[in-house]
Amino acid sequence: MTVAPTLDRTLTAVSTELAHGRGGGGPAPKRIVVAYGFWIFILSDMVMFSALFAAYAVLSSNHAGGPTGPELFNLRNVFISTMCLLLSSYTCGLGVLSAERREATHFLVFAILTFALGAAFLIIEANEFAGMVAKGAGPWRSAFLSSFFTLVGTHGVHVACGLVALVYLVAQVRAHGLQPAVLRRLLCWSLFWHALDIVWVGVFTLVYLMGGY
Amino acid sequence: MLGRLTWSAIPFQEPLPLLSGAVVGVVILAILVTVTVKGWWPYLWREWLSSVDHKRIGVMYLVLGLVMLLRGFSDAIMMRTQQAIAVGSAQGYLPPEHYDQIFSAHGTIMIFFVAMPLVIGLMNFAVPLQLGVRDVAFPVLNSVSLWLTATGALLINLSLVIGNFARTGWMAYPPLSGLAFSPDVGVDYYLWSLQISGIGTLLTGINFVTTILKLRAPGMTYFRMPVFCWTALAANLLIVAAFPILTATFMMLLLDRYLDMHFFTNEAGGNQMMYVNLFWAWGHPEVYILILPAFGIFSEVVATFSGKGLFSYRSMVWATLAICVLSFMVWLHHFFTMGAGADVNAFFGIMSSIIAVPTGVKVFNWLFTMFRGRIVFRTPMLFAVGFIVTFVIGGLTGVLLAVPPVDFVLHNSAFLVAHFHNVIIGGVVFGALAGINYWFPKAFGFTLDERFGHASFWCWLIGFYLAFMPLYALGLMGMTRRLEHIPDPSWQPLLLVAEVGAIVILCGILCQVAQLYVSIRTREQRRDLTGDPWNGRTLEWSTPSPPPAYNFAVLPRVETIDAFWQKKRTGRAPVAPAFEAIEMPRNSPAGFITAFFATIMGFSLIWYIWWLAILNFLAAIIVVLIAGWSIKREDEISPAEVAQMERAR
Repeated sequence: MTVAPTLDRTLTAVSTELAHGRGGGGPAPKRIVVAYGFWIFILSDMVMFSALFAAYAVLSSNHAGGPTGPELFNLRNVFISTMCLLLSSYTCGLGVLSAERREATHFLVFAILTFALGAAFLIIEANEFAGMVAKGAGPWRSAFLSSFFTLVGTHGVHVACGLVALVYLVAQVRAHGLQPAVLRRLLCWSLFWHALDIVWVGVFTLVYLMGGY
Repeated sequence: MLGRLTWSAIPFQEPLPLLSGAVVGVVILAILVTVTVKGWWPYLWREWLSSVDHKRIGVMYLVLGLVMLLRGFSDAIMMRTQQAIAVGSAQGYLPPEHYDQIFSAHGTIMIFFVAMPLVIGLMNFAVPLQLGVRDVAFPVLNSVSLWLTATGALLINLSLVIGNFARTGWMAYPPLSGLAFSPDVGVDYYLWSLQISGIGTLLTGINFVTTILKLRAPGMTYFRMPVFCWTALAANLLIVAAFPILTATFMMLLLDRYLDMHFFTNEAGGNQMMYVNLFWAWGHPEVYILILPAFGIFSEVVATFSGKGLFSYRSMVWATLAICVLSFMVWLHHFFTMGAGADVNAFFGIMSSIIAVPTGVKVFNWLFTMFRGRIVFRTPMLFAVGFIVTFVIGGLTGVLLAVPPVDFVLHNSAFLVAHFHNVIIGGVVFGALAGINYWFPKAFGFTLDERFGHASFWCWLIGFYLAFMPLYALGLMGMTRRLEHIPDPSWQPLLLVAEVGAIVILCGILCQVAQLYVSIRTREQRRDLTGDPWNGRTLEWSTPSPPPAYNFAVLPRVETIDAFWQKKRTGRAPVAPAFEAIEMPRNSPAGFITAFFATIMGFSLIWYIWWLAILNFLAAIIVVLIAGWSIKREDEISPAEVAQMERAR
């Protein structure tokens, strides 16, 4: 089996639309509309993160006599959690592909793997946070720590929401089967999950690699 | 159990808010009783509260905006009166801490709960019709947007009688808005009502960008879209790009206030100027979120009532997009006095001046559209002409303020107050009023009374000039904004003129109420049976008034800009339409119920009632999960039913 049926139909729909040129092809098919709208949502989420990144960039050296990045960050743990998250994106991709091919069992396996990797990421992050708070380096200690906890924590909250949504969608797959409406939601969810990876690459670089030494 | 909510939250010692709160309470109670006695609840619930029809949602946004206009305006006239009488040894009738709440609430309400709902309401009503489609991309989400906006409006008005509102001005700059200097609930009311309604606005932005880019009638290429759709696209792109910044900024301020963090505090390395930067990185695009759709409305109105196509459609589109991009490059002109240095100020000063160029292109396009046109001065056209003159004055004073050395003199003066009221009233409010007069017959099937319409226009126009031209002069004389007491008696004459202006505007608002009342009473004589009362150019006028729920029985095929005009001119005989099955979204109570829980959640967060907040947050999430569970959200109308409904009219 080379191309999944839904994928196939979508591609034809796109090409006829393009053939009309300059968007004169009438209303787009539902799958396109839904995914497109979700893309716009993700873009807006990126804008929100960019504001948090900007705040971190402004405040990251305002330690107020408190602990600094190199004293607090454990790069080995962060590397492990990063690998968990990146790997979860891979399993997420495989999961969506098997859903497109209507392979429910494969999908379930990959969904569980994705969930486990995402949860591992969160546990490592929660440990890091708890350790910092125990050392007296909570978000109320300095502007640097406020912006650190907010940036990294907001990403963490997104991951947690993603995990809840994954459970919810797996339940939908069990209840409704892999039909077009559910596949659309899975597609959106996978876009969200990949986007969180992209944000994390930014966090890993800006916060941990550039601020960890 | 109830956090910091005690009986002392009710301002028993202040008669003014208590009295107005009581009046509002009585009015609301009277409405609820009437609806119950007359048995209108099922109708109200089915046709409005749970409706996902973009036309109904648009109308509800407009009702919200107009009701909030009354609230915002009563704040305005209270401030004008205080400034007119509290001169020299007189202290006026408002104590400072009350006056400060009034100017904060006035700004917040007018921007977020008057201007935004009016503009979004008109976009909701007109854009899908102009695009020749049946609804927006995500109809249920649209209803969620509406009700979350209503939640914000409700919370902000609750602060009138329970607790107090922010005394920080509508921008809520820290450190004044931080916990150290504003420990009570005022700023929390401000933050939560704007956070919750901000989510609604963001969802609107996502919805409309998707609608305009992905759902258009067959043949409607980008350069065949009506100009109002272009401006709506630009405004919604700005919403998507700007509102998340506001959300993030308010989140940081909330973390400062609730979890003792240090983003904007004086101690531990906080940076207040970062708030100001972030706020205006949203705030300046917000100006264009409001004005661009108004430009679109004027473009439709001027072309229609001049009996001509819009002059240079393409340059209008490019000017809109240029403003859309430039709007993100000027935010620093709101605080030249921060002291960023000559280079930075010069850059932002020049960028701000450059925005006048595409705006000038638009003004000339409108003038050339009217040139040698057969101009019909109906109410919308009057507002359009009044707008062109007024907005040019506002634009010119804006260019003046964009020059940093001048701004150092006029920063936060009455001159600035006059400038932004000049562009917001002369631009956004006139635009919304023109749009309401223009599309009202489409929405309800009868035209609005012209005599009261004209009277309200002249009151608004004359009232505006009387109220704000004196403020330009006062600003140059050295009067700063937000004065609760006027130290210099020589300012009083001009302040009295401004007070008269506010009263004239009040007459304009009363004329509008009368216009609505008279029009509804005489609606049988003013029925619009053609669906096209103004000899319109765009697709919304090709539908009956009011349009059926599905807008178009058969999606129109578009071959030019001004598609309906073209169709009328070529006079092609209507072919017997081949009806196809129509898929219509089902009603959904999700928006209303989510907003209900969001309201209680917001209120509990403001008053530190944590258990109630958590409970309602979970309830709201569960509603969303339930709404997201169903597979089929549309009902199909069969071709035979469509044919029957079309024959019936």
